[in-house]
Amino acid sequence: MRHFQVWRGDVSGGGLVDFELDTVEGMVVLDAMLEIQRTQAKDLAVRWNCKAAKCGCCSAEINGRPKLMCKTRVDSLPDDAPIRVEPMRTFPLIRDLATDVSWNYEVEKTIPPFTPKEDADWQIGQADVDRMSEFRKCIECFLCQDICHVLREHDLKAAYYGPRFMVRIASLEMHPMDGADRTELLEHAAGLGLCNITKCCSDVCPEGIKITDNAIIPLKERVVDRSYDPLFRLGRRGKRDGR
Amino acid sequence: METIDCDVLVIGAGGAGLRAAIAATQAGAKTAVVSKSLLGKAHTVMAEGGVAASLGNVDPADDWKTHFQDTLFGGKYLNNWRMAELHAKEAPERVIELEHWGAVFDRTRDQRMSQRAFGGHTYKRLVHIGDRTGRELIRTVQDRAVHGGAEVYMEYTITRLLRDGDRVCGAFGYRRATGDLVVWRARSVVMASGGTGKLFRINSNSWEGTGDGHALALDVGATLIDMEFVQFHPTGMVWPPGVIGLLVTEAVRGEGGILRNSEGERFMERYDPKRMELSTRDVVARAIYTEVREGRGTPHGGVFLDVSHLPAKTVRKRLPSMYDQFLELAGVDITREPMEVGPTCHYMMGGVKVDAETGATSVPGLFACGECSGGMNGANRLGGNSLSDLLVFGKRAGEGAAAAAAAAALPAVDQAEVAEAEAELDGYFTSGGDEDPYELHADLQSMLQENVGIFREESGLVRALSRLEEYRERLRKVHVPVGSRAWNPSWNLCRDLKNMLTVAEAITRAALMREESRGAHSRLDFPQFADYWGRHNIAVTKTDDGRIAVEPVPVVTVPELEPLVEERKAKEAAG
Repeated sequence: MRHFQVWRGDVSGGGLVDFELDTVEGMVVLDAMLEIQRTQAKDLAVRWNCKAAKCGCCSAEINGRPKLMCKTRVDSLPDDAPIRVEPMRTFPLIRDLATDVSWNYEVEKTIPPFTPKEDADWQIGQADVDRMSEFRKCIECFLCQDICHVLREHDLKAAYYGPRFMVRIASLEMHPMDGADRTELLEHAAGLGLCNITKCCSDVCPEGIKITDNAIIPLKERVVDRSYDPLFRLGRRGKRDGR
Repeated sequence: METIDCDVLVIGAGGAGLRAAIAATQAGAKTAVVSKSLLGKAHTVMAEGGVAASLGNVDPADDWKTHFQDTLFGGKYLNNWRMAELHAKEAPERVIELEHWGAVFDRTRDQRMSQRAFGGHTYKRLVHIGDRTGRELIRTVQDRAVHGGAEVYMEYTITRLLRDGDRVCGAFGYRRATGDLVVWRARSVVMASGGTGKLFRINSNSWEGTGDGHALALDVGATLIDMEFVQFHPTGMVWPPGVIGLLVTEAVRGEGGILRNSEGERFMERYDPKRMELSTRDVVARAIYTEVREGRGTPHGGVFLDVSHLPAKTVRKRLPSMYDQFLELAGVDITREPMEVGPTCHYMMGGVKVDAETGATSVPGLFACGECSGGMNGANRLGGNSLSDLLVFGKRAGEGAAAAAAAAALPAVDQAEVAEAEAELDGYFTSGGDEDPYELHADLQSMLQENVGIFREESGLVRALSRLEEYRERLRKVHVPVGSRAWNPSWNLCRDLKNMLTVAEAITRAALMREESRGAHSRLDFPQFADYWGRHNIAVTKTDDGRIAVEPVPVVTVPELEPLVEERKAKEAAG
């Protein structure tokens, strides 16, 4: 038997509600929420899909920490205290554990999509693929957006796209066949300069993407290089590896 | 009530719906996509192993003809031949197109797309990236669809197709967050709603897989086909309890994984010595089920699947999400210990009967593609053929719907029908009954698992039909136990249950009629192939008085392809 405290309510108000639940071996927090939904709070709002950490739907704050509910085993949490489950704080609340993450999809629309170079030959090496893969395995759970203090504490959504979209832009910029230039976007609308490299985003990523080290810092370097070095600008697309 | 006008309405935002939306917008149609979940979260994102296309990058001998033959052999010759032909011919260009839209796949040494082995495929054919191919595919098409101008409505559920005369003219549904009701008025509609896995207790599906498109299309007069063929994927997790049914990709076997029973025996030698672990899914699922039933199962009721003989580095590189999944959820390090696996309901071969060229259904204005359509896969789908199916036929249905929309006037919506649809949703609050939707759903899942699962027989199927009759009575008394329309899963489930009961009856009636064992349909009382049934599909329709009727219809064949089919049959007969 475990004690859960689940945040319930909507924009008009709410608070933590206590539930007691018989847990079984291997149970994850999402199982617990769905069991509570089935038996005790039948209208409990929870967003979930795959239960396998592939879809990124069941993001929440468990004992104050942004996590996927489907990937957090109940027996990994301290058993001398209640398990606290709350909605992500950075996004507007819908109901209970469900938040409105639509802002992220609006941001995505403003990023120039993959645009093949005119002379693209589509000969791509495995090393290039491996390098891009780190960014392309993002499941869009938005936990990095949730923890990012620029978005969370300062609510600067109008000024900074957040770590998820730095990863997205990095995956496009590092594609050897891509010919679009997103430097201008990074410097201005995307607000790359607002990230001050606290690495909180990397800590919460369920896919283990080194967001700060491998996406944000190289993008910062790229912006600096290209803003001040016209030769690098000319040469950057010539570099290829993966052979 | 909000009304949204568009030329083409696509219901479903998995790979099929999004590929259809891309095609429709490219053809100039104003396109709306309605998604039951957030964009990019559909079942396509969970697809792991790869997309089948006879590029011949690894095995140069591969060609569309072999892919066509493999697909028909896997489907036990019940596939719509024309669909299997178009699929095999067009899959390579659809995959190359995907790469040109920015998708990234693993490479060969000469820097081309790599291809891996998979069950039932003669050659190494599956284009892939690690074990997250579906994620790459859906990200690519979601980005392409959004930037191409399709308008996406996330977290809306459609509960009715609307008609203007006999023509489908739009759809009615609600917004999950608020319960607000919406009407989409459209010149044509593409159904791409996915599968039906939530009918069974052990499944690999999300809450979405409730057969909405199958049921809604049947309601407006469309024909369903092959509904008796439900794919149980051989390898789902069996432990711990919370993850039962969670998919273990076929790529584990594609990369060399070995199946053993509790006696250490590599039992596939007894079921398919030629193909072993890479036999077709129906055969492997039945084999595992039989081993467990005959007492050679693991402590948690599965069999062992082992990759520990492969270098640990290879396992972590080629199967990274499986490595994480077992380590985190089951505490099993698959580089050192075997996995425990058992069959899980995964995919629906049956679906809306469509024209191979355009995805048109028998109902004017209604098109279908992807898992909710039928014909492509026959009695059993090969792994990797669903991602290629949704690309090939998503494009075709999108183009078909756009062409139909261009030739159609903006239809009228019948307000009486909208009022009826609204009253139906309100009725779950006012039924006055005391039936709990979660309990009814659990009972349905257990009952179907027991009577309409991997092995079936007449007595169980007849019992299932009478249970379904009882469940329909219970559905009349189902009521929303608490809350309003605003993000209320208990209310949402009430309406989903209606679709599930419709689909359950379609499956059960078709399974009762097919007195033979073929592909994913195994009858204990009819264990052999029957020649007659090898030439017939079962069509499901709704009669004027609302009953579900089944009848055999001849398989759609293509005379010019006869030699290819005969060649394969002769080869299999020779062993």
